[in-house]
Amino acid sequence: MVKVNGTELDIAGKTLTEYLATTNYDMKRIAVERNGDIVPKAQYGETVLCDGDSLEVVSFVGGG
Amino acid sequence: MIPTKEEWIKALTERHGTELQQAFSSATVAVCGLGGLGSNIAIYLARAGIGKLILCDFDRVDMTNLHRQQYKASQIGMYKTDALNENLREINPYVDLEAHTERITEDNAVTLLQGADIVCEAFDSAECKAMLTNIVLSELPDKYLVAASGMAGMGVTNSIKTRRITSRFYLCGDETSDVSDGIGLVAPRVALCAAHEAHTVLRILAKQFEV
Repeated sequence: MVKVNGTELDIAGKTLTEYLATTNYDMKRIAVERNGDIVPKAQYGETVLCDGDSLEVVSFVGGG
Repeated sequence: MIPTKEEWIKALTERHGTELQQAFSSATVAVCGLGGLGSNIAIYLARAGIGKLILCDFDRVDMTNLHRQQYKASQIGMYKTDALNENLREINPYVDLEAHTERITEDNAVTLLQGADIVCEAFDSAECKAMLTNIVLSELPDKYLVAASGMAGMGVTNSIKTRRITSRFYLCGDETSDVSDGIGLVAPRVALCAAHEAHTVLRILAKQFEV
């Protein structure tokens, strides 16, 4: 299981790109933290999610 | 009469203590975007005696900015970098200022920001916020990033929070109130979020990393 924003999901083995494609996140508005580090955008396709991983998808909203 | 630099540092040291003031005085902080967040952040940090501020914004002061941004009617039409430079100089004549009147992009961010110890994300657009966050945390791994998301509208005061996402990434705001929902931006709520960002900067410099 992979914890995503606090929820356990059965997505181990998928790449980050594959997981994100199943969500409604706007790719241009997000930053993804995995096990304490930011995943560079260029590495989403090669980042394979592992059992026990902890992921946080930060989705920015506008205003400042 | 304008105090001397020695008098200035002495007054700050009396308030913050020697150790803290030295940490503030030797720090360089970049403020990316000089709107409602960035103009307030820069003023808070200049008042605190941060040594050097790197100010980045491509835009000019517009009449519609004045309800929440730290500019004056007399400054409409000026570049925000120039107007804020003027205002900061009046507040703290001794803060070192480096201004960049250009848009921060994926191509120039590393060059513009590499001199900073801490980067404050203070943009308006969600896409720009995400771009800067990804670039700074991926390509400038020795920096701290303090970003903001969600301060639009008339939501309750206490929903503005600071979270620590990674050891070098702090996020301030309610994370949901999107200006594109047509709820506008009001000065105190934006300033509240700016204060979260500025205080997080000071806490990082004080080596108080928890939130």
